[in-house]
Amino acid sequence: MKRRLLSLLLCAALAAAAGTMTSCSGSDGGTTIYVKNWGEYMSLGEDEMMNVNEEFTRQTGIQVKYTTYETNEQLYTMLSTGSTEIDVIFPSDYMVGRMVEEGMLAELDFDRIPNYDLIDSRFKNLEYDPESKYTVPYLWGTVGIFYNTTMVDPEDVEDLSWDLLWNEKYAGKILMFDNPRDAFAIAEAKLGYSLNTTDEEELRASYEELLQQKKLLQAYVMDQVFSKMATGEAAIAPYYAGDGIVMLEENEDIAFGFPKETVNQFVDVVCIPKNSKNKAAAEEYINFLCSTEVALANAEAVGYATPQTEAKEELDPEISEDPMFYPPQEILDHTEIFQTLPKTVNQLMDDLWIKLKISRN
Amino acid sequence: MKVFSKVYTALIFTFLYAPILILIIFSFNQSKTRGLWTGFTLKWYGELFRDKDIMNALSVTLIVAVVASVVAVIIGTLAAVGVFSMKKRTRSLIMAVNQIPMVNPEIVTGISLMLLFVLIYNSTGMFETGMGTLLIAHITFCIPYVLLSVLPKLRQMNYSIYEAALDLGCNPVKAFFKVILPEIVPGIMTGFLMAFTLSLDDFVISLFTGGSAQTLSVLIYSMTKKRVSPTINALSTLLFVSVLILLILANLGQIRSMKRADQKARAEKGQGEMKR
Amino acid sequence: MKAKKAALPYLVWMLLFTVVPLGLVAYFAFTDDTGRFTWNNILRIGEFIPTLWESIKLGGIATVFCILLGYPMAYIVSRSKAHVQQTMVMILMLPMWMNFLLRTYAWMTLLEDTGLINSLLQLLGLPAAHMINTPGAVVLGMVYNFLPFMILPIYSVMVKIDVRVVEAAQDLGANALQVFRRVILPLSIPGICSGVTMVFVPAVSTFVISKMLGGSLNMLIGDVIEMMFVGSSLNFNLGAALSLVLMILILICMAVMNHFDDDADASGGILL
Repeated sequence: MKRRLLSLLLCAALAAAAGTMTSCSGSDGGTTIYVKNWGEYMSLGEDEMMNVNEEFTRQTGIQVKYTTYETNEQLYTMLSTGSTEIDVIFPSDYMVGRMVEEGMLAELDFDRIPNYDLIDSRFKNLEYDPESKYTVPYLWGTVGIFYNTTMVDPEDVEDLSWDLLWNEKYAGKILMFDNPRDAFAIAEAKLGYSLNTTDEEELRASYEELLQQKKLLQAYVMDQVFSKMATGEAAIAPYYAGDGIVMLEENEDIAFGFPKETVNQFVDVVCIPKNSKNKAAAEEYINFLCSTEVALANAEAVGYATPQTEAKEELDPEISEDPMFYPPQEILDHTEIFQTLPKTVNQLMDDLWIKLKISRN
Repeated sequence: MKVFSKVYTALIFTFLYAPILILIIFSFNQSKTRGLWTGFTLKWYGELFRDKDIMNALSVTLIVAVVASVVAVIIGTLAAVGVFSMKKRTRSLIMAVNQIPMVNPEIVTGISLMLLFVLIYNSTGMFETGMGTLLIAHITFCIPYVLLSVLPKLRQMNYSIYEAALDLGCNPVKAFFKVILPEIVPGIMTGFLMAFTLSLDDFVISLFTGGSAQTLSVLIYSMTKKRVSPTINALSTLLFVSVLILLILANLGQIRSMKRADQKARAEKGQGEMKR
Repeated sequence: MKAKKAALPYLVWMLLFTVVPLGLVAYFAFTDDTGRFTWNNILRIGEFIPTLWESIKLGGIATVFCILLGYPMAYIVSRSKAHVQQTMVMILMLPMWMNFLLRTYAWMTLLEDTGLINSLLQLLGLPAAHMINTPGAVVLGMVYNFLPFMILPIYSVMVKIDVRVVEAAQDLGANALQVFRRVILPLSIPGICSGVTMVFVPAVSTFVISKMLGGSLNMLIGDVIEMMFVGSSLNFNLGAALSLVLMILILICMAVMNHFDDDADASGGILL
């Protein structure tokens, strides 16, 4: 009998091989760079838009191997494991600081990145890279609350507050960030702390707050937020404002708002890890990303705000004048950018996060 | 009782096939969002062949499966011959070690190999995780199955033929190829098929050891974290349908011959009774 | 004896890639991130006992369901005509040719509050049921994924049961229930045992099913380990300690299983 099962398996295997071998072309010669980016974070040819990676290969002959990650912490894990080939990464502000501190990033040769001049100087020399040696800003944005107007009472969102994510009325319909820094930031903002607090008491209080919230949650998610909000499975989710460009299009009942408390403003940058073997090609890629045409395509496809000045001017005013994507000053006034936390604080936050995730109520 | 069996079988099959049906249906969906039906389209089938990531992952998966199973078969077959001629105590020790990758949870095998590769890389600066480490990992979990499928064939073999060949002037290598190998080919084939299937199907170990080389399962895993592109549904549908067709073809022939055998047996039985 | 040398590549390979890596797991479990010896990782395992227990509990429940659902199925298949058997086995194996991640993902579409099952219930005027992101959904995912691994081993043992043994029991006056309880069941225990191994081990250590169908709210031990090695909470040392514990727990469970297996064989022999 076993033999018969196996012969069935063989037939199936051969079918798979025959069906696919013909369709996959052989590997191309020349340089290949390994790019690790967030999911849904680059224009890759959907809806007739530019496929950035293919365009880069067409222009330079350099192949791009593009894969994605979900959270800054996951990227950090990959880099510190150190054994994977990675040439270009897109970490956020606070993670850059940690990577610089631990010597994970390579200094960039800005002579190879002339388009760097087109980047708004507001986003240069920030706390995580004061001398602008390691990073080129890619996109920036803010965090806010997405909610389904058919499922949430108007009065609950009138004076929008992070409290909405703790509202028992919506138990089982609330989503939450599945990464420690973003999740803690919301609890900290709710309690009126700084998003960069290093105080152990405050962190523990935030943990208690998150633990309370866990009972009301439907799930901890990252990019699964798209499908869960689009189908009306969930009613409320904190997420990155720029993703509204996709979310609001797929379900017209979804609205976005900034809570009245502090919200996080973030800058995602492009960097090259120290052990990259193709630094020159990676720098060429970064320069390419900063060109007006490409920055524009990315800004339109992804929805996050671009720090590239020319691209922003050319951007469809429907996007560049939308306060969700480019918030006015009065919103920016109550934002806070994440700073790099000391190692002990990171460790504490990590431990509390695991404790939260494994807790059962 | 008959009715119960039929209903029960139908229920179990529905249970097994409902999600597959969903997958196939959603490969024709216009929207990228799971569970949101917006209209019929065939575009994902067209996009499939233009999707570099998917094609790349597919070729990695197939190359690894072929190479790993071939290497595993060679090492495993040699091992079976060697182990067969060992003393009983050594043999049982080796068989115990052989069990480890089979009984251990995949996640433990995966992280243990990952620790090894990371350590080697950090101390030598060589052997980045990628295709190479992926292959090593796959060979490692395939070998034990090859060994286990070849060993019984050796036991069934008449060992004196081998000795006779040696007496008649064959050297051991020639005797191996002329005498032993033909006897154990069915075991080797079984081992190869098992190794190939296991490698093709693997997800957990590839996730931890693959590094920059993404197999299809690892690619799908990273997709399930955002929105699974219906192109993957299209690919799965194509694979599933081709497997289905092949199995049906392979089965039709066999079933027909089995039916004939049934009839023949019945006829002979009938004749036997007649004679009596 | 030259033949022994043929095993050399295998021995080297197994040493390098099976024994040494397991040694490394133990090494990491007993050191901190600077490489110094420590008991801390082992001591911290206490925090994860509820998670471990939950994994074993859900894995165990899933295994029991697999036996309850799979045994009758295997029985039905083994009692069918030869050519029907072949087709049924094929139908049971075929789902495994579709990627299990995708199949599990499809269950999300079925189980969600706004999913297909609830839409169907609504159409029929029945109250909606909340299923997704519960431990029940995780168990369902496990049963779904591993059921064929239970059916096939039991089936392959059952087809080997000699019809004459059953006939003999019937001739000796046993009714259907007695035949089942005293002949078929004892003879199929080895199949159940290997099925249990094939279901329980992957179920206890899964991290995909709990993530997709449990909404990251019901973390299992596999999720924790994955988080520490490739996820958002890098900690090789603690992760290695947890893996070590998981491995030992599973080995103990397997040893207990094998013990029962032997017992069953012995009693089966006496019964015959």
